[in-house]
Amino acid sequence: GCFVFKPSAKKRRVSQKTAYDFCKRNGDSEDAELQFVTCQSLWNQIKSETEKIQEDLNKQLFDNLVGFLRQSHSEIQEKTTEWTCQMKAREIPTAALVLGVNVTDHDLTFRSLSEVLQSNVTPYIALLEAKDCPGIKNLMQKLMGQLMNCYVDVDSEDEDCVQVSQNRIRCSMASLINWYKSATKKTDSETPGKKRTSSSRHWPSPPVVVIFKDMESFTTKVLQDFIFISSQHICELPLVLIFGIATSPMIIHSLLPHSVSSLLCIELFQTLSCKQHLSTIIDKLILTAQFPFKLGEKVLQVLINIFLYHDFSVQNFIKGFQLCIVEHFYSQPLSILCCQLEDAKERVNSLSHDQCENIRRLPSFRRYVENQASEKQIALLTEDDVLKETTKKLLEDLDVYHENYVTVLRCLHVFTSSLPKYPLGKQIRELHCACLENKVWETEEYESSLQLARMLNKSDLVTMLQQCVEIFVSSSGKEFDKAVEKLKHFLTRFQKLEAEAFQEQDESVSSQKELQKKTDLYHLQKALLELNESRRSKKLTKFELLRVEVVDYMDSLVRSYLVPADWKTLHEILYFNTASVLREHLNAAPRIALHTALNNPYCYLKNQALKSDGGSISNKAPDICIVYKLHLECGRLINLVDWLEAFATVVTAAEGSSTDAASSDQVDDIIHARFIRAVSELELLGFVKPSKQKTDHVARLTWGGC
Amino acid sequence: MPNIAHPAYSAATLLRLESLVPCRESQVSTLLSIFGERQQFSFPSIFIYGHTSSGKTYVMKTLLNTLQLPHVFVNCLEYFSSRLLLEEILIQLQSCSSETDQTSHVPCDTFNDFVRLFKQAVARQELQDQTLYIVLDRAEQLREMEANILPAFLRLQELTDRNVTVVLLSEIVWELFRPNTGCFEPLTLYFPDYSIGHLQKILTQNHPPEYSADFYAAYINILLGVFYMVCRDLKELQHLAALNFSKYCEPVVRGEANERDTRKLWKNIEPHLKKAMQTVYLREISSSQWERLQHEDGEPGQVKGLSAHTHVELPYYSKFLLIAAYLASYNPVRTDKRFFLKHHGKIRKTNFMKKHEKTSNHLLGPKPFPLDRLLAILYSIVDNRVAPTANIFSQITSLVTLQLLSMVGHNDQLDGPRYKCTVSLDFIRAIAR
Repeated sequence: GCFVFKPSAKKRRVSQKTAYDFCKRNGDSEDAELQFVTCQSLWNQIKSETEKIQEDLNKQLFDNLVGFLRQSHSEIQEKTTEWTCQMKAREIPTAALVLGVNVTDHDLTFRSLSEVLQSNVTPYIALLEAKDCPGIKNLMQKLMGQLMNCYVDVDSEDEDCVQVSQNRIRCSMASLINWYKSATKKTDSETPGKKRTSSSRHWPSPPVVVIFKDMESFTTKVLQDFIFISSQHICELPLVLIFGIATSPMIIHSLLPHSVSSLLCIELFQTLSCKQHLSTIIDKLILTAQFPFKLGEKVLQVLINIFLYHDFSVQNFIKGFQLCIVEHFYSQPLSILCCQLEDAKERVNSLSHDQCENIRRLPSFRRYVENQASEKQIALLTEDDVLKETTKKLLEDLDVYHENYVTVLRCLHVFTSSLPKYPLGKQIRELHCACLENKVWETEEYESSLQLARMLNKSDLVTMLQQCVEIFVSSSGKEFDKAVEKLKHFLTRFQKLEAEAFQEQDESVSSQKELQKKTDLYHLQKALLELNESRRSKKLTKFELLRVEVVDYMDSLVRSYLVPADWKTLHEILYFNTASVLREHLNAAPRIALHTALNNPYCYLKNQALKSDGGSISNKAPDICIVYKLHLECGRLINLVDWLEAFATVVTAAEGSSTDAASSDQVDDIIHARFIRAVSELELLGFVKPSKQKTDHVARLTWGGC
Repeated sequence: MPNIAHPAYSAATLLRLESLVPCRESQVSTLLSIFGERQQFSFPSIFIYGHTSSGKTYVMKTLLNTLQLPHVFVNCLEYFSSRLLLEEILIQLQSCSSETDQTSHVPCDTFNDFVRLFKQAVARQELQDQTLYIVLDRAEQLREMEANILPAFLRLQELTDRNVTVVLLSEIVWELFRPNTGCFEPLTLYFPDYSIGHLQKILTQNHPPEYSADFYAAYINILLGVFYMVCRDLKELQHLAALNFSKYCEPVVRGEANERDTRKLWKNIEPHLKKAMQTVYLREISSSQWERLQHEDGEPGQVKGLSAHTHVELPYYSKFLLIAAYLASYNPVRTDKRFFLKHHGKIRKTNFMKKHEKTSNHLLGPKPFPLDRLLAILYSIVDNRVAPTANIFSQITSLVTLQLLSMVGHNDQLDGPRYKCTVSLDFIRAIAR
C-alpha cells in the first residue's frame, strides 16, 4: 500500500481545475462538470447537516458553561458587604471541561465554544496551548497578546497599537490589570447607542476567560505560577479558567498540589461521549433517505473500525465520509445520477449513448436483464429509450426501497436491541452492517434473535409494538398503512388477552377450590390427572400463539424490506463500495510501503528489468535497494567493509568475470561512492545509524535489530 | 500596657498594631528593635522564614502600613524575571513619593542600572532621613534569576550607600539560599507555626456581626476539632469556617435550639463538617457547589467529586498499546520470551531470578523500553493480526501527549525512541476489563 493521497481529487479551492481533473479521468467534459457540481452540492448539504448536528449536541454543554461563567463573578460582585463573602477566600472560578481522548475534535469544540462565549458572555477570551507556553513568561506574553488584540479589534486602531506595543515590553499582571481597567472604562463611556447593544450582551465588567486547551501537556510549574499570580489579583481582574481535559479530571489533582488547587473553585463539565456522537452522526447521515449517496457495507465497516479502533474522532469519520463521496463521484461515471430522484429522472433523459452503455455494463443491471423475457432483453440492450425508461423506473424502486429499508430497520432494531446478549448488536449501525452484508434472515444471529424474541414477556412486547407503530407512522413510506393497521390489531388483541386472562384466573381459582372440596382420594387423583392432561394439550396459551404471530409478522417484514442493497438493480450508482481504496488512503501502513518499495522496486517503478522472482538480488535495481537487501541479512551491527564488498560483488556480477580479478583486491572508486551514497540514504530514512560501540560498524534500527 | 514597646512610636499606634497582629507580638517587637528609630540605619538585610500562612506577609504589611514606614512590597513570583522585578521596585518607589502621578517607564536591565536609578529615586524623595524597606515576598524565586541578584539585594545598603533595608520572606530556610560563592549573611528570623490556641484566637476575632463572639468561638472550637488534624493553614480554615457557618446556625434560626445549646449544635454540625473534609477541603467539589447543596439541603452524594470520574474511554488499539506498554515497563526483558511466545523453552529458575523475586517490580517504578519491544508485545497480545499502520504509530504519540506514556531521553524520533508507561496498575485493570 501507498499512503500518498491523490491531491487532485481533494483540492476544491480551484473549482475549475478540479472539474478539469474530473474530466481528465472520464474523457467527457460535460459529464465531468456535472459530476463535480453534483458532488459539491451533495457535500455542502452534508456539511451543513453535520454542523447542525454538532451544534445541537454541544448546545447543552455550552449553555451550562455560559451559565457558570455568568454566575461566577456576578455573585461575588453583588454582595461584597456580607460577612461570609468577606471571610471567604476569593477562589478563581474554574471549569474543568472533560472532552474525551479524541484530541483532533477538540479544536472545533473550542472554536465554537469561544464563538458562543464571545457573543454571549465576554469579548475577552484567550486560548492557550501547551506548546506555546514552556515558561510562565511565554504564557503571559501569549495571554496578553491575545487579549489585547481582541480589544484592538473591538475598538479604534491607531491609538491602541501604541499602547499594545508599550505593554509588550512589560508583560506582567499589573499591566494586564491596567489594560483591563482602561478597556472596561472605555466601553462604558462609548456612545449610548453602541453601549446599549454591548451591555445587553456583556456586563459592565465582563470576565476574562482563559482557556487551557490541553491541560495534560502543560508543565506543572507554569500552571502553578500562573494560578498563584492570578489569585493574587482576582479582585481587580475577574478571571475565569477553563481547563480542557482529555483523560480524566483526576489530572487536576495530579498536576496541582493542594496549596494551588485550593485557590480554585472547580466545577466539572462533560461533553457527550464520542461514541454517542458517532451514533447521532450515523443516524442522521447514513440511516436516512435524505441523501442519495450511500455507503456500502465494507466501506462503512472500514470507517467505523478506524473510529473505534484508532482515534475516536468524529471529525475524521466525517472526513472519511467526504473522501468516499469524492472518490465515488470521481471513479463512477454514472454518479451523475446520484442526486435527488426528480433531478435524476431528468438527467436520465439526457444521457448520452456512452452512458447508456455504462449502465448496460453494470453487473446488477445485467442480472436484471437476464431475468427478463427475451424481447425485453433485446430492447433493453439495443434501444436507449427503453433503457432510459427502465432506468427511471428502477431508480424509483431504489428510492422507495431506501425509504422502507430505514423504517423497517429501525423497527427491527427496537426488537433486537432489547434481547439478552444482543445477537444482532446493540447499536443500530451494527444491525445496518449486518443487513447490508447479506440476507440477514439467513444468518445464525438472526435465527437466535428470533428465538429469543419468541420468549419476550408481554409488557416488553407491547411497548415494542407501540414503538414500531410510532416509527411507521412517522415514516414517509406509503406502503406502511397496512403494517400500522396490522400492528394496531395486534395491540388490541393483546389488550383483549389481558381481559381474558383475568377471567381465566378466576376460573382456575374456582377449579382449585373445587379440588379442595373433594376429600375423596380417588376423585382427587382423577381430577389432578385431568388437570395435567389439559395443561399438556394446551401447550401454547393464547398469548404465546399471538407472540409467535407477531414475531412471524416481523420476520415477513424483514424478508420483504431488508434485502441487501447489492441485490438491488442499479445499486452501483448510489453505493460506494470500494473499501480497499479507502483503507489505502485512511489507514496507511508506511513501514510496509517502505519495505515493499525497497525490497521490490518493481512494485512502484514498473520497470520490466526490475521484475524478479524474489530471493536473488538483481544488480539493475537502484543502489539503495541493493544496500537495503544486503543489510536485511545482517545482525544488529553491520561491518561496513563487509557490506561494501557484498555490494561490489552484486553490482559487478553482471559485468562478467573479466573485471573480477581487478575488483577482488581494489574496489572501484565509483562503486565506493555509490555505496556511500546509498548507505547515507538509508541513514536518512532511519534504517541504520553510526554505532559508538565499534568503529567502522553501523547499527540497524529496524526489524530484528535486536 | 502594650506588649510591644518602643520609644519611637506612640502607645496608641502600638496598641492598634498589637490588636492587628494577634499571637505575633514577640516577632513584631524583635523586628521593631531591629528597625530602630526612623532615621537610624537598620541591619542591611533581614531574612524571615516560616511555614505557609504563619503570617509573614501579613505581619510585614501591617507593620509597615500601621507605622507608616516608607516601603516597597514586591512578590517575586509575580515579577518572574529580574528585569520585571527591578522595574517594579522602581515604579513603586516613584509612586511612593506621590509627587507625580505619572510613572514614567524607565527600562532597567541590570543591577548596575538599578543601583543608579535607585539612588536617583531616593534622592528625589527626600527619604534620606528615613529607612526605606524593600520587602521581597517569596524570595526563593530569586535563586532562579541571575546569580548576582540575591547577593546584591543582601548588600543593597552598602552598594547604594543609602538608608535601606531589604526584607526577604520565604518558606524555606536560609541554608538553601546561600550561594556557593558566599555572600553577606542576613539576619534570620523564624516565624513559628500558629498553635491550636493561636488559631482559635485569630479565627474568633472575626466573628459575624449578627452573632455573639462566644457563639462563634464555640463553632470555631468544633471546626478546629475536626480540621486541625489535617489542615493548619489559617486561610483555608477561615474559608471553611465561613462556608459552613450557615449550617451551624440553622437550628438557631429555626428556633430549635438556642445559642447556648452547644451539644445539640455539635450534633448537627459534626457529620456535616466531616463530609466537608472529604469533599470541599480536597476540592473534590467546589465551594460554590457546596454552598448550593447547603441551601437545597441536598446530600453531597448528588454531586460527584472530581475523583469519581476516573474512567477514561480509549480506542480499541490504544487500550492494547497501553497494556503492552505497561507490560513492557514492569516485566523484565528476559521474561518476554516466556510470556509472549507460544513455544517457549523450559522455565529455568536461576539464582539470579530468586534473588530479585522479593523486590516487586511495582516498587521499582516503570522502566523505559524501546518502540520495537512495545510493538512486539502488542502483536502477541492482540488476537487478530495488526497491521503496523500509520494510525497505530500516531496513537502512540497521542498517548504521549495525554501523559499516559512518556518519552524517555532524547527526542530524536528516528533514533529508536524509548518510552515509559506512567499509569498505575488500577488504571490498567480498569482498561483491561
